[in-house]
Amino acid sequence: MRLQRTRRAIHKRWWIPALATLALVLNACSTESGPKNHQNSLRPEGKYAKQIDNLFTPVLWVAVIVGVGVIGATIFMAIRFRRRPGVDVRPKQTHGSTPLEIGWTILPAVILLIVAVPTVSTIFDLDEKPKNPIEITVVGKQWWWQFDYPKTDSGKAVVTANEMHIPTGRDVLLTLEACDESLPNGQAQADGSTSPGCNVLHSFWVPALAGKRDVVPGRENQMKVHADEEGVFLGQCAEYCGLSHANMRFRVIAQSPSEYEAWLESQREGPAVDLAESDAEDLFAARFQCGNCHTVGDSGVSTYGPNLTHIASRATFASGYYELTRSKLIQWLMDAPSLVPMQSEDCRLGSPGTIEGAICVGMPSFTNNTPNGDTKKYPDMTRSEAETLADFLLSLK
Amino acid sequence: MTTVTGALTTARRPFILRRPMKTTGVSSWFTTIDHKKIGIMYGSAALIFFLVGGLEALLIRLQLAGPNGTVVSAAQYNELFTMHGTTMVFLVGMPMAVGIGNYFIPIMIGARDVAFPRLNAFGFYVVCAGAIFLYSSWIPGINGVPNGGWFGYTPLSDTPMTAGFLPGHGPDFWTIGIIMLGIGSTTSAINFIVTILNMRAPGMTLMRMPVFVWMMLVVAFLTVFAMPIITVALIMVFFDRSYGTLFFQPAAGGDPLLYQHLFWLFGHPEVYILILPGMGIVSEILPVFSRKPLFGYAVVVFSGIAIGFLGWGVWAHHMFATGLGPVAISAFAVSTMLIAVPTGVKIFNWLSTVWRGSVQLTTAMLFSLGFIAMFTIGGLSGVLHSVVPADTQQTDTYFVVAHFHYVLFGGLMLAVFGGMYYWLPKVFGRMLNERLGKLNFWTMLIGFNLTFFPMHFVGLYGMPRRTYRYDSGLGWDVWNLVETIGAFIIAMSTLIFLTNVIVSIKLKRGAVAGNDPWDGRTLEWTTSSPPPEYNFADIPEVEARDAFWHDKYTEDDEGRLVPLPSGGADAGGGGGQQHHIHMPSPSFYPLVMAAGLIPLGYAAVYRSFVWLGIGALTLLYGLYAWAIEPATEPEPESAPARTPEPAV
Repeated sequence: MRLQRTRRAIHKRWWIPALATLALVLNACSTESGPKNHQNSLRPEGKYAKQIDNLFTPVLWVAVIVGVGVIGATIFMAIRFRRRPGVDVRPKQTHGSTPLEIGWTILPAVILLIVAVPTVSTIFDLDEKPKNPIEITVVGKQWWWQFDYPKTDSGKAVVTANEMHIPTGRDVLLTLEACDESLPNGQAQADGSTSPGCNVLHSFWVPALAGKRDVVPGRENQMKVHADEEGVFLGQCAEYCGLSHANMRFRVIAQSPSEYEAWLESQREGPAVDLAESDAEDLFAARFQCGNCHTVGDSGVSTYGPNLTHIASRATFASGYYELTRSKLIQWLMDAPSLVPMQSEDCRLGSPGTIEGAICVGMPSFTNNTPNGDTKKYPDMTRSEAETLADFLLSLK
Repeated sequence: MTTVTGALTTARRPFILRRPMKTTGVSSWFTTIDHKKIGIMYGSAALIFFLVGGLEALLIRLQLAGPNGTVVSAAQYNELFTMHGTTMVFLVGMPMAVGIGNYFIPIMIGARDVAFPRLNAFGFYVVCAGAIFLYSSWIPGINGVPNGGWFGYTPLSDTPMTAGFLPGHGPDFWTIGIIMLGIGSTTSAINFIVTILNMRAPGMTLMRMPVFVWMMLVVAFLTVFAMPIITVALIMVFFDRSYGTLFFQPAAGGDPLLYQHLFWLFGHPEVYILILPGMGIVSEILPVFSRKPLFGYAVVVFSGIAIGFLGWGVWAHHMFATGLGPVAISAFAVSTMLIAVPTGVKIFNWLSTVWRGSVQLTTAMLFSLGFIAMFTIGGLSGVLHSVVPADTQQTDTYFVVAHFHYVLFGGLMLAVFGGMYYWLPKVFGRMLNERLGKLNFWTMLIGFNLTFFPMHFVGLYGMPRRTYRYDSGLGWDVWNLVETIGAFIIAMSTLIFLTNVIVSIKLKRGAVAGNDPWDGRTLEWTTSSPPPEYNFADIPEVEARDAFWHDKYTEDDEGRLVPLPSGGADAGGGGGQQHHIHMPSPSFYPLVMAAGLIPLGYAAVYRSFVWLGIGALTLLYGLYAWAIEPATEPEPESAPARTPEPAV
C-alpha cells in the first residue's frame, strides 16, 4: 500500500487566531483587570478577597494553558490531517494505547491534586473565626438589606439599612439571617408564642471584599469581610429572591476606625426631629400609616420596612438603587412600585401579615393600585403631602 | 375480521376502539408505535421547543442589551428565565437525546424495535402533555407562568401564594409539569435499558456496541435513578404550597437546604444525562470522518460509566455558598476535580482518533470538532468552580451562565447539530446541503462565542444572574451588547439550519443519500435510507466492533486500511428475501392515557374534582384498553404480508 500523504508545508498561520484569542483572554482575565466599578472580583480591595484572587489567578492560568493547548491541537489536526479531494489516504488503524491512556489519566489527576492542596487549605483559612472582630448581623429581606449592630458596653443597638459601615483594617464577622421578629409569617409554637417569621434565600455578596455567602432562613451562616482602605464597595443580592431580586443592592462603606466609631455613635442617638413635633405627624402616623412598616423614633428596632430614624444620614435609598434626593424620594413616596417593582397591591389593608390572604411585599403605591380600587377608604397621596413627608424624612440626619 | 384462536378479537373486547392498522398517512403518526416515527416526533418536538426556548433567550438578551432595559417587566423577565431554563433542559436537551436514541439505538444494535413499543409512544405523549401543561400557564387569565427559576429553590417556591413571595400559580404549574415530564423520561429510560440489554443482534456483545448506545445506556440508568429524587422533592414543594405541610418552611423548623440537596442530587446527574448523549454522538462521528476507529474504545466507554458514577458524588458543588462547613465543602471540591479526569480522558481519546487520520471536514465533522473545543472551555471553567473560594465569587454570576452554556450549548447542542447532519440522511433519505451546513456551523460557532464568552468577564466583574436590569457605569454595558448581538447570530444560524432541512428534505433538493453516504462503520448504514419499518429484513450477525466497517475493510500488516473486494455488498440488511415480519400494531391508547395527565395536572393546581374526574377517567380508560388489547394484533389471513422493500 502506497502512502499518499506528501509532506507539504504545514499551514503556518493557524496559530495567529490562537495567539490573538490568548492575548484577549489574558488581557481580560489577568489580575487587577476589568472595570474599576468597586464590584469587581478581579480587583479585590480587602485581604480575604485578595486571598481568593491569589488562588484563582494561577488556576485560571493553568486552565487557559490547557484550553489553548486542546483547542490549538483540535484546529491543528483539522487542518494538518484534512483529506484533499481526490487523494485516497488510508490511515493506520490505531485502536488505542495503554501507556498513553495511563499517562493522560495520571497527568490531569496530578495537576488537579496540585490545585486541590491550596484550594482545601484556603477553604479552611477562610472559615477560621477572626480574632476580636466587629460583629454585625445582616438580615436579608425582600428586597433590601438590614444591618444590625449589636448592643455593646458603650451603647445601644443600631439598626440600619442598605449601607453597612465598617472600619478599615479590622476583621468584620457577619452573621447572616433571614428570620426576624419583624417578618409576618411566624409559626405558632406549643408554648403559645410565635416564632420569628422568615424570608426567602438571599446571598450576601461584596465582590471586592469577599466571596458570597447565602442567607439561609433557619440557619446562622457567618462570613468575614475586611477592607484594606477606605472606600465605598458595591454589593448585590446573588440568590434569586423573587420579583425585585435585581434591585436588591447595598453598599459597604469602609471608614477609618475613628470615623466609624463616630458614625456608630451618631446612629445610636434619637431622631434629629421628633415626629410628634413635625407637621408630618398626621400624614405619617394616621393618614398613610407609615408606622405599620417603618419607625422614625428609635434607631435600635427592626421593622418590616427599613428603619428610617436616621434615613437622611444615608446616601442611597430604595435598597441602594437610587441616590437619596428630594425629587426621587417624593416620587418614591407617591408611587414606589414605579421605581422598584413590588408585590404590594394589598399592603395598605393593614400591617403585613395581619390581613389573612393579603399579598404584601414591599412598599405600596399611594397613588395607584389602591386595594380593591376603594379610593375613599384608602386616600391618595397628593404631591404636597409627599413633599411634607419627604422634607420630614430628609431632616432625619 | 377473522377470528384467531387464543386472542381476543375486537368484538370480544368491550369498549375498545377498532385497532388502527394504518402505518402511513397523517393519522398514523398519532397511533404509531414504530420507534423511528416516535424518534422523529421526539426530535421535532425538541426542535420546536429549541425555537421556543431560543425566543425566550432572545427576549432576555434584548432586555439586557443595554443598562436598565425596558423590553420586559421584572415579572416577565423572571418568567422568561424560568421557562427558558426549564424548556432547554426538560423539553429540548432530554427529548432530543431520547429522540436520537429512539431512532438509532435499535438500528445500531441490530434490533427491529424497542422492547416496549407502546410504552415508548406513551413516554413521548407524556412529554407532550407535560409541555402543553407547562406552556398552558401562559394562557391569559391562568396567572401562573412558572417564575421561581428552573431550580425552584425553597422557601421562595414552596411558600403558599398568600405570603406573596411568588404570587400566582407559577410554582404549581412548574412542579406538576416537571413531575409529568419525569414520568415520560423514566419510561423512555426503562425502555432503553431493556432494549439495549435484551434485544441486541447475535454477536453484538456489550463491548461491540457503538459508543453512542453505551452512553445512552448510562444516561438511561442515570435517568431511572435521578428522576425519583426530583419527583419526591417536587411533591414536597407542592404539598408545602397547597396543603400546608412544612417540609422546607424554616419558620416551622423545616429546612430549605434539604430541598437544595434533593434538587442537586437529581440536578447534577441531570447534567450528565444531558451531556453524555452528546459525547456519544461525537464518538460516532469522529471515527467515520477520520477513517480510523475510535481511539481507546474501552477507555471511552469506561470513562463514560465513571462519569455516570462520579456524577452522583458532586451535587453539593452547586451549594458552595450555602455554608455547608469546610469539611463537606472540601470533600465535594475534590470529588468535583476527580470527575474532570474521565472527562479529560475522553477529550484526549477523541483527539487521538483524529490524529493522523484522513479528516473529511464535513459539516457533521466540523460540529464534532467544535464540540471538542467548546466543551473543553466549559469543562475547564467547571474545574475553576471546584476551587471553592473562587467559586464563592463566581456562583450565581454570569460566569456560571457562561460555564454551563459552554457545556450544554457548546457541548450538547453542537453535537446534536452534528448528529443531525450525520444521521438525517438516514432518517429521510436525503443529504443536507453541505454549503449551507458549513455556513450554519461557522455562524453558530461565532454567534455562540460572542454570546457566551463575554459572560465570563461580566460575571467576574460582578454581574449576578437572574437580574432583569443593571445600572450603567459598572463596565458591563459593552459586553452585554456583544452578547445580545451574538444571540441574534445564533438565531440566524438556526434559521439557516431550518432552511437547510426544509430545502434539502422537504423540497427534496438534497442528493439521494443511499444506504451508506458517509462510508459508515455501524449497522444503521447497512439498511436503506429511510429504513423499512422492520429495520432489517435479516437480523445482522455481528462479529466485531464497527460491524459494518469489517464488511468493507480490513487492515494490512502495518495496520493500514484495506478495502475488501466485496465492499460491503453482501451486508445489505434492508434487502434480502421476503419474510413474514410481524411488527407490533399501532395503538390509540398511549396517546389517550397521556392525554389524561393534562386534566389531572389542572386538578392538582386548582384542586378541582371536575378536572380530576375527566383526567382520571381518560387515564383509566386508556390503561384498561391498553391492557386488554394485544401488543400485536393478529393479522387477518387474507391480508398480504408486508413485503420488505428492496434496498436502494
